Amino acid sequence: MAADMRLPRVRKTLSVSESASHRRDLVVPGDIITSDTGFMRGHGTYVDDDKLTASVAGEVQRVDKLICVRPLKTRFNGEVGDVVVGRITEVQQKRWKVETNSRLDSVLLLSSVNLPGGELRRRSAEDELTMREYLQEGDLISAEVQSVFSDGALSLHTRSLKYGKLGQGVLVQLSPSLVKRQKTHFHNLPCGASVILGNNGFVWLYPTPGQQEEEAGGFYTSLEPVSLADREVISRLRNCLLALAAHKVLLFDTSLLYCYESSLQHQVKDILKPEVMEEIVMLTQQKLLEQEG
Amino acid sequence: MATAQVSEAEKVYILHGIREDLRVDGRGCEDYRHMEIETDVVSNTDGSAKVTLGHTAVLVGIKAEIGKPRPMIPNEGYLEFFVDCSANATPEFEGRGGEELGTEISNTLYKVFNNKHSVDLQSLCISPGEHCWVLYVDVLLLQCDGNLYDATSVAIKAALFSTKIPRVHISTDDEGGKEIELSDDPYDCMRIQVENVPCIVTLCKVGHRHVVDATLQEKACSVASLIISVTHKGTVTCTRKVGGGSLDPESVFEMTEAGKRVGKALHAPLMKLLQHEESLGRKTPKVGFLG
Repeated sequence: MAADMRLPRVRKTLSVSESASHRRDLVVPGDIITSDTGFMRGHGTYVDDDKLTASVAGEVQRVDKLICVRPLKTRFNGEVGDVVVGRITEVQQKRWKVETNSRLDSVLLLSSVNLPGGELRRRSAEDELTMREYLQEGDLISAEVQSVFSDGALSLHTRSLKYGKLGQGVLVQLSPSLVKRQKTHFHNLPCGASVILGNNGFVWLYPTPGQQEEEAGGFYTSLEPVSLADREVISRLRNCLLALAAHKVLLFDTSLLYCYESSLQHQVKDILKPEVMEEIVMLTQQKLLEQEG
Repeated sequence: MATAQVSEAEKVYILHGIREDLRVDGRGCEDYRHMEIETDVVSNTDGSAKVTLGHTAVLVGIKAEIGKPRPMIPNEGYLEFFVDCSANATPEFEGRGGEELGTEISNTLYKVFNNKHSVDLQSLCISPGEHCWVLYVDVLLLQCDGNLYDATSVAIKAALFSTKIPRVHISTDDEGGKEIELSDDPYDCMRIQVENVPCIVTLCKVGHRHVVDATLQEKACSVASLIISVTHKGTVTCTRKVGGGSLDPESVFEMTEAGKRVGKALHAPLMKLLQHEESLGRKTPKVGFLG
């Protein structure tokens, strides 16, 4: 019960591999990218004294003659096909507004959701009136980016049984730059829980659903209590995610699982202590290196 | 006030978790998140402290100024509280948005310190009826992630501990006029006895149980909370109920008992840490705000 109090410490950067500090493509604002005038100036750069200079901290990307800097600390810039986790902020006419950690709220059109019942039909005025029964303000959803508007706002869709309203579980909000792009962002982890690693940095942890239960178009949520064992796994995964994010480790199923394994010798609530966090992240990085090499 | 949005299903998950004494971050119902405390972080104050609790960050600065004692209590100094909510914490605080929360917290602090034992106010008196030290306690909320009251009270206790008030002497000149003389030695200063300074414990009623150090998400699930300030001996100096919901007398009693127990346990590690930091001396560099 006694509260754990300590002096703050300067956080060390933990890296097993030395390569990160020698990477030439990582720049900070003011770094000269090139003094060759043959290149075009893209996002995140400006020309100073005929030299192309970075205006944000991030990774340099070159496409032919165009040089951009992709910032690392940023809001979510969605692309078509990205898996996102978001929260409904507003119910409007024929659309929901969704908070997805982007600069503008995303849109989920009534015509791009699977309505309960599953059958494909025209959306009637009645459907429009009962929109709040499907999704109301504060509800969490998983969805896919259908298109990007010219102002950068995203249009989402949930036209698949794997997307839809989220039930019981825990949301962890992290930086979108930390989520690794992969073939699938839905994982049933062997430790007994499932995770949706949204490209927008929102991660959803939930108990693995039992038998592929009767799907009601993703709108049915079970309010049965989750077992204590599942809870412990979910809480441990949550703290692992935060530990990995604190030390800027790329998030994907393997890194999360290795981190989970490394944390098993500690109590769940101790994982967030700085020294335990360091230890676990070091172990995870070692395991990841071994697996690569 | 800063709030988090939580969906119905998330609420159910949090509620059931608390019922089973396993919260979302793995803590039990009476556990605090780990706390980082540093004193003397602002050089132009007489005492200051920064406390981070999860993502909650509070900075407290204390300035001592010479003022006139209150007419009813001529031989005591006094404390003034001011709470400022930085718009960095949440955009809602922009402009005058944080004022309501700020006055609410400062009013609570006045109540918490409104007794003879918390701070020895008589030691702040310079000459009865004429001059006394006024301690301006300025609280700045830098980040909000729940449990502002507890973090603030710990920061105030730490800041009071680090406060150094210059020693003054009163000399009488030939015509009977009094003059205040400041000591030449900058290290000749007076410390404040902080042993009896209370810490605040906020207990949130969630479902049928109560939790301490609630996060914003847990706060969103609770209807009412009880704020209790407890000294190291377990004496309660102030209780307040906040939130729209009601508490039945039995749970108020239970929560007070739990608050006393938890509050008492806060003081020992805090004092130990403050003394440890002091023993490190000036040579160890401060982490400050960029660590």
